[in-house]
Amino acid sequence: MDTSMERLAALEGMGCSRKRREDPRFIQGKGSYVDDIRMPGMLFGTMVRSPFAHARITRIDTSRALALPGVHAVLTAEDLKPLKLHWMPTLAGDVQAVLADGKVSFQNQEVAFVVADDRYIAADAAELVEVDYEELPALVDPLHALDADAPVIREDIRDKAVGAHGARRHPNHIFTWQMGDKDKTDRAFDAAEVSVAQDIVYPRVHPCPLETCGCVASFDKVRGDLTVYITSQAPHVVRTVVGLLSSIPESKIRIISPDIGGGFGNKVGVYPGYVTSIVASIVLGRPVKWIESRSENLSATAFARDYHMHGELAATRDGVVKALRVNVVADHGAFDACADPTKWPAGMFHVCTGSYQIPNAFVSVDGVYTNKFPGGVAYRCSFRVTEAVYLIERMMDVLALKLGIDKTELRLRNFIRREQFPYTTPLGLEYDSGDYETALRKVLAAVDYPALLAEQAARRADPDAEWLMGIGVSTFTEIVGAGPSKMCDILGVGMFDSCEIRVHPDGSAIARMGTITQGQGHQTTYAQIIASEAGIPASKIQVEEGDTATAPYGLGTYGSRSTPVAGAAVARAARKIREKARRIAAHLLEASPDDVEFDLDRFVLKGSPDQSKSVKEVAWAAYNNVPEGMEMGLEAVDYYDPPNFTFPFGVYLCVLDVNRYTGEVRVRRFYALDDCGTRINPMIIEGQIHGGLTEGFAVAMGQEMPYDESGNLLGATLLDYFVPTAVETPHWETDYTVTPSPHHPIGAKGVAESPHVGSIPCFTSAVVDAFGHLGVTHMNMPHNAYHVWQQCRELGLART
Amino acid sequence: MGAKVMVSFTLNGTPADVVVEPRELLIHTLREKCQHTGPHIGCETSHCGACTVDMDGMSVKSCTILTVQAQGAQVMTVEGLAAGGDLHALQEAFMQEHALQCGFCTPGMLMRAWRLLQENPNPSEEEIRYWMAGNLCRCTGYQNIVKAVQYAARKLRGEAVETSHPLLEPAQ
Repeated sequence: MDTSMERLAALEGMGCSRKRREDPRFIQGKGSYVDDIRMPGMLFGTMVRSPFAHARITRIDTSRALALPGVHAVLTAEDLKPLKLHWMPTLAGDVQAVLADGKVSFQNQEVAFVVADDRYIAADAAELVEVDYEELPALVDPLHALDADAPVIREDIRDKAVGAHGARRHPNHIFTWQMGDKDKTDRAFDAAEVSVAQDIVYPRVHPCPLETCGCVASFDKVRGDLTVYITSQAPHVVRTVVGLLSSIPESKIRIISPDIGGGFGNKVGVYPGYVTSIVASIVLGRPVKWIESRSENLSATAFARDYHMHGELAATRDGVVKALRVNVVADHGAFDACADPTKWPAGMFHVCTGSYQIPNAFVSVDGVYTNKFPGGVAYRCSFRVTEAVYLIERMMDVLALKLGIDKTELRLRNFIRREQFPYTTPLGLEYDSGDYETALRKVLAAVDYPALLAEQAARRADPDAEWLMGIGVSTFTEIVGAGPSKMCDILGVGMFDSCEIRVHPDGSAIARMGTITQGQGHQTTYAQIIASEAGIPASKIQVEEGDTATAPYGLGTYGSRSTPVAGAAVARAARKIREKARRIAAHLLEASPDDVEFDLDRFVLKGSPDQSKSVKEVAWAAYNNVPEGMEMGLEAVDYYDPPNFTFPFGVYLCVLDVNRYTGEVRVRRFYALDDCGTRINPMIIEGQIHGGLTEGFAVAMGQEMPYDESGNLLGATLLDYFVPTAVETPHWETDYTVTPSPHHPIGAKGVAESPHVGSIPCFTSAVVDAFGHLGVTHMNMPHNAYHVWQQCRELGLART
Repeated sequence: MGAKVMVSFTLNGTPADVVVEPRELLIHTLREKCQHTGPHIGCETSHCGACTVDMDGMSVKSCTILTVQAQGAQVMTVEGLAAGGDLHALQEAFMQEHALQCGFCTPGMLMRAWRLLQENPNPSEEEIRYWMAGNLCRCTGYQNIVKAVQYAARKLRGEAVETSHPLLEPAQ
């Protein structure tokens, strides 16, 4: 008989660095991504897009395009109007033009959809569509969006006094969202010994997954059903939305997310290209493929951030924080398509009190329209947690500078203590668990923080030093796992998730979830949970997601919600199977179920360890010999409505050097400690961390989507948009502690967005710290050489 | 549009004849006419390297080559890497070191690394990072890709490597 260690190893369950089951197909070019799909009679669609940011469309002439051999259709808003599909609802409760209806509101907006035999002909035909525009003044500065004379972007809702999120006070005003006790917070500021204020811009960036968005829509006129292969992070939600828009019943709609080449929040929402492909397929009765280019992806699909924040902290002289006050102007572009739970127009921004005991807080966010492409929530943001963490971490540094207290010491003085969890914040969140002080002390010891400070002091003392030295720190609390259905829904659907496990007679199993991986390794890690909970070797478990015809309904993968929500459903479904199996085992052992207990991969009679039935034996019996009155078969389903979010945390520390003459920044060291509770697969977690830190590096150091005054988007290709290569990307050091989530079935928290959320303020902290002794409290991202050199020049450090 | 022409080249050791317009990009021919969908498209400015294939002994971005330029060429894609059904050391290495996540950059990464290790069988970390700089990855942060290339280099040099991927164990 195998030893229990060998049996445990054979399961490849929780906690082991199991190699990925996805890899064999990907390393052999046998993945199946949307553009790999070929269907008989398939046509190719492409968009005609607006060259202007803001203009009236006076004429669209499609005749030359239609005359081109190989062109089957050219759709414009006029064609979509009878179907009421020229506009579509967004996850934010607004509407978005599918094809421009009389006017364009951002550059590269969708104007017409050309369908042709292949992508070469479609591109030719798109060139032949003639559109006449009458240019209008463009609005690009969100801080002037609500000026009395600002151009009105949304004439379709100009006089609508109440939007999806309350009253609107200007045609360009989307919503005002507030949280916290304003009067109490104001009083705390009035009474404060010390207060600091800082304007902080979190620039517009883009998630830029290597695979762009696309789909293959196939309406079968004979069967009357619609199949869509799509780059969607939420295929079931897409099915519901398509059902609502098309009046085809959901039972006749099959949405399939196949292998997805990265999502990063870019592939949550519905884009016009999906809608036009579906319409074209319905009209033509043939499959229609749409695959966007990189520049289309970067200029017209969900951007991230664009928060213009004003933060204030009140504190005592010895650094005890008393209050936080935040005002934000949120630039949402021309349509509010920001992916959020319905009730949260600023996402989970109210986690902005961070890892600290702050008794009073008030936040106010104003969303405004501008002549830019829609989005906001994307790119590992966890619903605006990136912005929230950036705000509080920056403000803690600003306060530390003002008080002359070391920034790690200031954090230690204000941390929520381990014994205070579950901790209720003044903005209404209940943090599940945490041990921040242990984590910070572990990191400070690992990098020898005192030695770093001494080295920095020596560098600062040398007036001729060419390289300035900066030390950055970020001690963040995430909120992931949306979420409890009484707080969170997507277009009315509660944000539960699900798992269905079916054990076959031979003891192997098929398991499906309502989430959808885009590289995070679900096909490997979900099997590990089942292995540990139900005693079925992970290698015998087939995990599938993404096909709405087979997988149970779920809300998809974003907001690091897979482990907190579907991961919980997986564990609970596996436990249901374990419990039924235990009863079958008792029947086989002719014992009372109470006398039979689960042991790794078998059920053992208490007190008689040699009397046992393996899970495999029980699976066979489930199909031929079950206790009287018990249903045959061995399967279970679980739909999990989480009682709370999970709140992973981390401590990041960055050391970098800044060249005072060129502005070049060199990251010397980056140390990342993450605590996501119980760790399912450490290898996969580490990969998530490496990827997230690299994104953070890109965002902090170079990514931006600047607009000129006419509303031209500058740099929406990889010619300018900074995606680091292996050369630029620093070497990462990772570490962890384990503070389980008490409410989660296996104690696991989400983690995948933590590295992005936490690293960006850490980089800024380090860059600013290089100038901290010279009175600099904040520098806006990106910290590219030009911007940093400008700071050097302003301080008289650069050569003149 | 120009008149279509026939182009003949060798794809992973097998003769391929395709009829294309002169403007057709090699990546589209490989993916759509030859149905080798391993190579991917990640950009239109020749930066990302997801389309990297090996052509006549060079790593080329097949989005920046016309198919007509491949006349008579020896072209190799990721589909040709597992010669005779055995995984190449690099494929094994990428699985062992967790050097892929979504898998979209992987075929290009593998083909680039395959050429790199022939040009430089014992690269330093710095050399690997520099020589792989034509290939973008959004998931991994590159660190495990570097480790995978080092692993494959060791294995190809005949040095011992530790393999724990159960799919790589000899069949029983």
